[in-house]
Amino acid sequence: MSPWARLIPVFAVTTLAGPVIVGLLFVLLPAFGYLPALGGRSVTLDPWRQLLAEPGVWRGAVVSLAAGMVTGAVSLAITGLFLAGFHGGRAFEAMRRLVSPLLAVPHAAAALGLSLLIAPSGLFFRAMAAFGLGSDRPPDLLTVHDPWGLAMMAGLIVKEVPFLMLMSIAALPQIEAPIRLAVARTLGYRPVTAWLKTVAPVLYPLIRLPVLAVIAYSSSVVDVAVILGPTNPPPLSVAVLRWQSDPDLSARFLAAAGALLQLGITALALGLWLLAERLVANLSKQWMESGDRGRHDLWLRSVGGFGIALIAMSAIFSFLCLALWSLASSWRYPEPWPNPLTVSNWFQVLPSTIEPLISTLQIGAVSTALSFAIVVAALEHELRAGRPAGAWAMRLLYLPLVVPPVAFLFGLAVAAEVLGVTPSLLLVTLGHIMFVLPYVYLSLSEPYRRLDPRWSQIALTLGVAPWRAFLAVRLPLLLAPCLTAIAVGFAVSVGQYLVTQLLGAGRVATLTTEAVALASGGERRVIGVWALVQTVLPAVAFGLAIGIPRLVWRNRRAMLDTH
Amino acid sequence: MRLATTLLAAFTAASLAIGAACAADPDPKAWDAVTATAKGQTVYFNAWGGDTGINDYIAWAGGEVEKRYGVKVVHVKLTDTADAVSRVLAEKTAGTNEGGSVDLIWINGANFASMKGKGLLLGNAWAEALPSFKGTDADHNPSVRSDFTVPVEGQETPWGKAQLVFAYDTEKTKDVPKSIPALLAWAKANPGRFTYPLPPDFTGVTFLKQALLELAADKAPLNGPVDKADFAKVTAPLWAFLDELHPALWHQGKTFPANYPDMRHLLADNEVGVTFAFNPSDASAGIAKGELPKTVRTYVLDKGTIGNVHFVAVPFNAKAKAGAMVLANFLLSPEAQARKADPKVWGDPSVLAVGNLAAEDKARFDALELGIATLKPAELGAPVPEPHPSWVDALVKEWQKRYAGT
Repeated sequence: MSPWARLIPVFAVTTLAGPVIVGLLFVLLPAFGYLPALGGRSVTLDPWRQLLAEPGVWRGAVVSLAAGMVTGAVSLAITGLFLAGFHGGRAFEAMRRLVSPLLAVPHAAAALGLSLLIAPSGLFFRAMAAFGLGSDRPPDLLTVHDPWGLAMMAGLIVKEVPFLMLMSIAALPQIEAPIRLAVARTLGYRPVTAWLKTVAPVLYPLIRLPVLAVIAYSSSVVDVAVILGPTNPPPLSVAVLRWQSDPDLSARFLAAAGALLQLGITALALGLWLLAERLVANLSKQWMESGDRGRHDLWLRSVGGFGIALIAMSAIFSFLCLALWSLASSWRYPEPWPNPLTVSNWFQVLPSTIEPLISTLQIGAVSTALSFAIVVAALEHELRAGRPAGAWAMRLLYLPLVVPPVAFLFGLAVAAEVLGVTPSLLLVTLGHIMFVLPYVYLSLSEPYRRLDPRWSQIALTLGVAPWRAFLAVRLPLLLAPCLTAIAVGFAVSVGQYLVTQLLGAGRVATLTTEAVALASGGERRVIGVWALVQTVLPAVAFGLAIGIPRLVWRNRRAMLDTH
Repeated sequence: MRLATTLLAAFTAASLAIGAACAADPDPKAWDAVTATAKGQTVYFNAWGGDTGINDYIAWAGGEVEKRYGVKVVHVKLTDTADAVSRVLAEKTAGTNEGGSVDLIWINGANFASMKGKGLLLGNAWAEALPSFKGTDADHNPSVRSDFTVPVEGQETPWGKAQLVFAYDTEKTKDVPKSIPALLAWAKANPGRFTYPLPPDFTGVTFLKQALLELAADKAPLNGPVDKADFAKVTAPLWAFLDELHPALWHQGKTFPANYPDMRHLLADNEVGVTFAFNPSDASAGIAKGELPKTVRTYVLDKGTIGNVHFVAVPFNAKAKAGAMVLANFLLSPEAQARKADPKVWGDPSVLAVGNLAAEDKARFDALELGIATLKPAELGAPVPEPHPSWVDALVKEWQKRYAGT
């Protein structure tokens, strides 16, 4: 094997772990007062004293911790119960198709839509008023920006459930679920209980890493927190982001200490979760062996179904809200829909979306292309070396997803400043690769490995070089999964907020940074247009991912499902 | 060989000389040279981007400047002007004395005081040498030479005026409070119908200052630096007022709107009864865009409301100094000021002395329809002057200590 090929895993490691480690290093030192470039020349505990004295820090930290754990628990519960209750049935495919597109919607757009839906003057309460259940004033209910972050958790759950569902469905073939269920059913267990007792314990270890990623993301998210989360005090990650731009230089050290605290909170959330796993495992052992055939089966099934239905409804109505606001000229409470509808908002706002759109496309295209190349090279290397990626490789892959971005990205920004690297599109693109690569890998690895190896073997026996077998046989057979992986990576890049903000120093404007900036004070009509434009890009990418293989293989139908 | 070395040395010396000459700051008194240098430059205009109307106006100004002078303008939308201040400060600390990332900042008050005090602004009184500055008639309008009691000394160009006005929907709210104590009584009688933006948002801080100016027993310490005054004693009535007000606020003070456009939405949806903004034409602009109902009207408090002037300034290390001066000059021109004062665009009052302008420029202002919800200058009354900028930071810190995380 060529010596270059041996470097591929090293390269993948550097791309993922390198920036995280450098970032954490450049946060660790300033957190203890040491950063000569900014005037800190001695190690002190002053930043920590300042952090503890900041008003609202503890509340913000608790909200972040709660958000992480609650989002993880609720998302997992809904996913599990839905799979348990409906897997294999007719409703399953329908619901899956309804909820899967949510994966493509950027977090910010989903959060904006939800905020327009559940606000006191939002579509939900206007509908209630139309049915006579309201008054001429919006109700005095604190829904969006509630102090304990429940709206923020809802916004996150809506996006994380489809993600966990996708990961679960991808992992199911490995555990031969139908056989296990069949055995349990013959023993008399009702469907949901059968699934929970036989499939769930085996499935969970396979989706543990995605669940941990969900918890870590929820405990440190910034864009959804700005749009839906509490304002006074804000969650810890938002506070850290604000301290970084304080004109008072000493706040930089405070921000570093805050970033380390955020790291600690996320670690605590993950640690508590792992403890809870053990606890649940111990407690459920008794339940498993109790012989209970499913007393609560119907109730569990309804909870799963209701949860998914609620998520689907929220998604649909959020989208409707955004669309209605984008077409509204004047829509005051309690009118249930805008009258008259007008397209003028689109004509007014679209010109200002062009430049951010171009930046988003540039960053997305380059970061996705590079990530795809690295992933394919790594997967091909895996196959040829005959060694599948081990557990450590998977943990490494999840590293940028589990370490709070607000912690190591801030460190990277400081490192860039110290090294004199100016914020630019290139730097932002490199930053995006860190987050796009894991998702591209996760999306492509299963189909890649499951492709029948005999196709390539036949090509090799016919005398072509391995690279030609790769290009001419393996890639075309994997056209659909490759395009899907690219679409997933592109969607992830479009939805990135913190990377663009921090590494671009606020000078690189993408659709997401502009949309989040509009969340405070932006006109709701303008928000509607921006959120929809933001959603269109990944939607187009997914459309192409589904349409191109059909077009290319229109005369070769069997090429469409080759695993 | 020796000839080559001599030529190389001469060439190097010449280019260094030219480079040094180019590195000298543009002098607005030689305006033609400034416009010539500015051609082709890109100006990064760091300005608050929270209002779409203002963003559209800045985009228009950028387009005009590009058409007329070949200067490209990029509007860097800030959520807080302090972001840009900190960037320039970080650049100075890192030794970046040229080619900085900020060319022009929309600024006033504490941020200006901070930049001026730390030597972050372009000097040589460039602002007063701009051709458009004559229109402000600064000798008879001293407010354009003083920023929150700090002398400007030509380090920033005036851009617009602001005065706090309150707005309400005449259809939904019948009686409105005309003083701060009356506001407290009104809020208690109408719980959940009033709020103010979360400090350190500038409108929220202005509300705190307005309340303090009305409630303080002795107003003299407010004109001087905060560390020379007994902060606790002077601000005690303010905190007592807020302690009583907060339970009667929108959502019982558990959350606050982010800025004044957010409050405009609350008024439009009848979530609150009274809002306020720092722009006398904001309500008319909202009505013109269809955001607010036509029945909204504005008023000022009986004892007067705070007013100030806002400016644009050039950092000492800006990359496109000439371009920034060209943009600042255009923003101060009668054409741009008249368009800015049009409520259908932005509605921000002009800093120009309209009476002294040439006939055609005066006609631009006379033709403006200020809007049904805008008070006439006589009704606005004389603005109450701002306190010393050092009070802002102290007020924000104390507010956060008391009310953040409750």
